[in-house]
Amino acid sequence: MSKILIIAEHLDGKLNTSTARCVTCARDIKAEAIDVLVLAADPAGVGADAAKIDGVTKVLTAARAENAHALAAMLAPQIAAVAKNSYTHVLLPSTTFGKDLAPRVAALLGVAQVSDIMAVDGAHAFKRPIYAGNAIVTVEAPPNEQLVATVRNASYATASSAANAAPIEALALDVALPTHTRFIELVQGKSDRPDLQAAARVVSGGRALGSSDNFKIIYALADKLGAAVGASRAAVDAGYVPSDLQVGQTGKIIAPDLYVAVGISGAIQHLTGIKDAGTIVAINKDTEAPIFEVADFGLVGDLFKLVPELTAAVG
Amino acid sequence: MKILVGYKRVVDYNVRIQVKPDGSGVITDGVKLSANPFDDIALEEALRLREKGVATEVIVATIGPADAQAHIRNGLAMGANRAIHVVTTDAIQPLTAARALLKLVEKEQPGIVLLGKQAIDDDCNQTGQMLAALWDRPQATFASKIEINGNAAKVTREVDAGLETIEVDLPAVITADLRLNEPRFIKLPDIMKAKSKPIETLQLADLGVESGDHLKTTRYAPPAKRQKGVMVKDVAELVSALKSKGLL
Ligand SMILES: Cc1cc2nc3c(=O)[nH]c(=O)nc-3n(C[C@H](O)[C@H](O)[C@H](O)COP(=O)(O)OP(=O)(O)OC[C@H]3O[C@@H](n4cnc5c(N)ncnc54)[C@H](O)[C@@H]3O)c2cc1C
Ligand SMILES: Nc1ncnc2c1ncn2[C@@H]1O[C@H](COP(=O)(O)O)[C@@H](O)[C@H]1O
Repeated sequence: MSKILIIAEHLDGKLNTSTARCVTCARDIKAEAIDVLVLAADPAGVGADAAKIDGVTKVLTAARAENAHALAAMLAPQIAAVAKNSYTHVLLPSTTFGKDLAPRVAALLGVAQVSDIMAVDGAHAFKRPIYAGNAIVTVEAPPNEQLVATVRNASYATASSAANAAPIEALALDVALPTHTRFIELVQGKSDRPDLQAAARVVSGGRALGSSDNFKIIYALADKLGAAVGASRAAVDAGYVPSDLQVGQTGKIIAPDLYVAVGISGAIQHLTGIKDAGTIVAINKDTEAPIFEVADFGLVGDLFKLVPELTAAVG
Repeated sequence: MKILVGYKRVVDYNVRIQVKPDGSGVITDGVKLSANPFDDIALEEALRLREKGVATEVIVATIGPADAQAHIRNGLAMGANRAIHVVTTDAIQPLTAARALLKLVEKEQPGIVLLGKQAIDDDCNQTGQMLAALWDRPQATFASKIEINGNAAKVTREVDAGLETIEVDLPAVITADLRLNEPRFIKLPDIMKAKSKPIETLQLADLGVESGDHLKTTRYAPPAKRQKGVMVKDVAELVSALKSKGLL
């Protein structure tokens, strides 16, 4: 029987919703236990939140000053020590946190990793995208080995946090940690808007916006809709918005109920990031733009006229 | 200081990959092959560090089939001093790639190993992190800025929350993100010069690497297609369409 260990992602004392998405994936594996490991300087709050997620068997916490920031070189040896001989699967979210950390854990355990699970076909068989999502492969991992994997956020809903109160167990991990890696700073885009990766609605702007000043009309529409703001790589590269707003193959893979693409052509690398959106709306002046191939509703015209109109109309 | 750069050949990023009708693989016959875009960025960064006097030698390493020669020459034309070609006919998985790269690291003793953050064929995003773990050295993934100060590197990383800066002691593994730099174009005289640069050829089998190809791919399928939607004529029609779907 499978025993699954999920590594909690958290920042500033808040559990990231990616953890509850991993739980949903883990439930598909039909395990006898789904435990969540919280590594933090002070794991109490995050651990308590993790214990509420329906489906979680037990929460393990490891408090250590070195865990104040999510440095893979610090966390990986602790995770490997917890996982060794005790778990069949180690799951992490396919966010920059999990992508950075999971392969380090896998290599310490001497096993392969499955990146970006999008469906579970069995305890050791999974579907995952390759070639920017242009092909979906089924991969089988050896059943006699531990498996480390990352879970594609957009493929899994967050497990509910309603009725559960899983026991919380504090671990004392006696693992030597390196001093070769030091955290300096994290510069976060300050925003009261919803988080791009969790938002039900997203409005994204592309190169066509032309300047960061012009991006204001995207923010105005997003505010009206209670939406998060995203962007194409071209818009990020041009400096209109910060890099953490990038949607796509090398940015964030998202699955909002509503995605509004404004002045975005729809390059394959961008579409990879929005395939799982519920409804896609595209506003573009070019009738031939590939974004219209995937849009549920397409509107042809000048965004500088249409976006303010739309903002007024939804108000 | 030497810099070792991972330089993988992949299907060009402009090619829209098709799955074979029988689900046994993707169609790669006759498609354009290029350097993994992230590896071009990694190489460019290594060259800039050499131009700044931080590095003395840049070595590109390719693990791939014997016919990858032209690809390797490209890396040399871009400016690498020399190349190591680890020959294998198999498309190896990241754990094997990391184990093979570790052998090269042990032989060359580089101060920095610069890889791409992900190969755009398998989209694994694993090799650099695995190599760092096996080597027991620091990793700085998704780098958008690298500053070398003596025996340490200050690296700004593109993470979901924003930009994180960490400091790592060298030697270390750094993986390149898209905004680290813009790779230079190769000029004709450089292609001529590259012809005389050394390529060391090794057989993967001779490196003594234990296989980490633990995953079996049993089926390839095209992605689920989104239904093509409808064009609306104006904002009013869009708003009512969204309202009728319960989205507004
Ligand atoms: C390895 C790799 C990874 C990549 N990863 C990503 C990624 O994660 N995310 C991503 O987005 N891209 C990514 N890209 C880049 C991608 O290939 C495209 O270059 C990019 O998505 C283009 O951005 P865009 O649509 O904003 O710009 P463009 O392609 O220039 O499109 C602008 C669009 O705006 C329209 N337009 C112009 N003016 C107006 C107007 N006034 N009103 C209405 N419409 C107007 C035009 O018709 C056009 O369709 C990646 C590329 C590579 C090589
Ligand atoms: N066969 C290979 N040859 C050279 N470098 C490789 C190879 N495989 C992986 N790499 C390096 O590892 C990075 C990440 O690859 P991956 O983990 O497969 O996404 C690539 O961008 C390369 O720099």
